[in-house]
Amino acid sequence: MERELRVRPIKDGTVIDHVKAGQALNVLRILGIKPGSKEIVSIVMNVPSKKMGKKDIVKVENRELREEEVAQISLISPEATINIIRNYEVVEKYKVTPPEYVIGMLKCPNVNCISNTSEPVESKFMVTRENGIKLRCYYCERVLSENIADHLL
Amino acid sequence: MNFKNRDILSTRDLTREEIDYILNTAEKFDKNPQEFSDLLKGRILALVFYEPSTRTRISFETAMKKLGGEVISLGAVEASSIAKGENLSDTIRIVSSYADAIVLRHPKDGASKLAAEVSPVPVINGGDGAGHHPTQTLLDLYTMRKENKLEGVRIALVGDLKYGRTVHSLIYALTFYSAKITLVAPEELSMPRDIIEDIKRIGGDIEETSDLKEVIPEVDVLYMTRIQKERFPDPNEYRKVAGIYRLTPELLESAKEDMIIMHPLPRVDEIDPRVDETPQAKYFEQAKNGIPVRMAILSLVMGAL
Ligand SMILES: [Zn+2]
Repeated sequence: MERELRVRPIKDGTVIDHVKAGQALNVLRILGIKPGSKEIVSIVMNVPSKKMGKKDIVKVENRELREEEVAQISLISPEATINIIRNYEVVEKYKVTPPEYVIGMLKCPNVNCISNTSEPVESKFMVTRENGIKLRCYYCERVLSENIADHLL
Repeated sequence: MNFKNRDILSTRDLTREEIDYILNTAEKFDKNPQEFSDLLKGRILALVFYEPSTRTRISFETAMKKLGGEVISLGAVEASSIAKGENLSDTIRIVSSYADAIVLRHPKDGASKLAAEVSPVPVINGGDGAGHHPTQTLLDLYTMRKENKLEGVRIALVGDLKYGRTVHSLIYALTFYSAKITLVAPEELSMPRDIIEDIKRIGGDIEETSDLKEVIPEVDVLYMTRIQKERFPDPNEYRKVAGIYRLTPELLESAKEDMIIMHPLPRVDEIDPRVDETPQAKYFEQAKNGIPVRMAILSLVMGAL
């Protein structure tokens, strides 16, 4: 968080650091933050980073993330770190880890997939990491590796 | 090797050893079918077909009857509850309480995986969407092996490689046998990128062309496919590519003498009927091989062997 001082420190909340450059707005989407939301949010985009070249940072005040939200962030930004802040202190810091599979989280891009019908079934993707995240639909085997955020349910 | 209660959904779930085991079993049935005429006595196979496919249906039905078993089948789509909007999951749950195994054919990709999740009895994928059709693949492999053209074979897959489910299934299995694969298709019908990448990643030898004539002298197996009108969202797109490959005796003049021609059937006009008389034509033989292969699969998943 070497560049954290670009925006003011937060008292309580979550700092999502090492977000893949360009994905900050998708992180907000995952967190359900949109115009009209009451959370206090700061975003920094395209900050130089030793590790990543460029990165984004998202800070959300008075909010800790649910497991499912962290899993979704890991899909669009597998290097992200989550810092939980309480009373200006980082009380917990961890790197996201993409789950082995995700259920009911994304819509299969294949319109002819059985998971896109009225059948009582949730979408299911196997997650693999090879030059970024690759998701394979359990049902139709279609692979999703680009613009993953666009397929989040 | 134990196949009892196993679903047969995709050739990708099978190892080379398992495929060989199924083919060896098929060979036994092929040689002495009468020895096994009571093997599945008292067992019931359900055929659940949401798409017309006379060939696959009667091939399974024949295989089951040759083993002494019974067949129940969901009648024409319009006449059954499918037309009334009952979902696949419910239909499978009900049918699986009547039968010892289910063969499913369905227009949606991945439908057989869903069926297998809800069914306590083994589900055999009889073709789902543009996805897999493993029993067709197994009979294709069986045909090639019978003709001594499997290990290290040079094979061309020709025609609709985009929508054609038989080739999607076949191509994965061919890599087990170190096949050299040439894909012959117009750009509009080329093999999906992710499949080609998958095959290359597992070390498959694969190249692409759109010229049928140039590959004919090179190959041991010419695997022709039908360009399926019903898979095209746009009829104009279909007209652009319909009839693009037509195999004639003249084209075959440059072929190796012992080359074999395969086709999952039915054909439209991609194989001239005059080709039927050539020694290379093996597609009717291939269809016939569906019986011992399906007998093997049914006996194995029902645990009768
Ligand atoms: Zn899918």
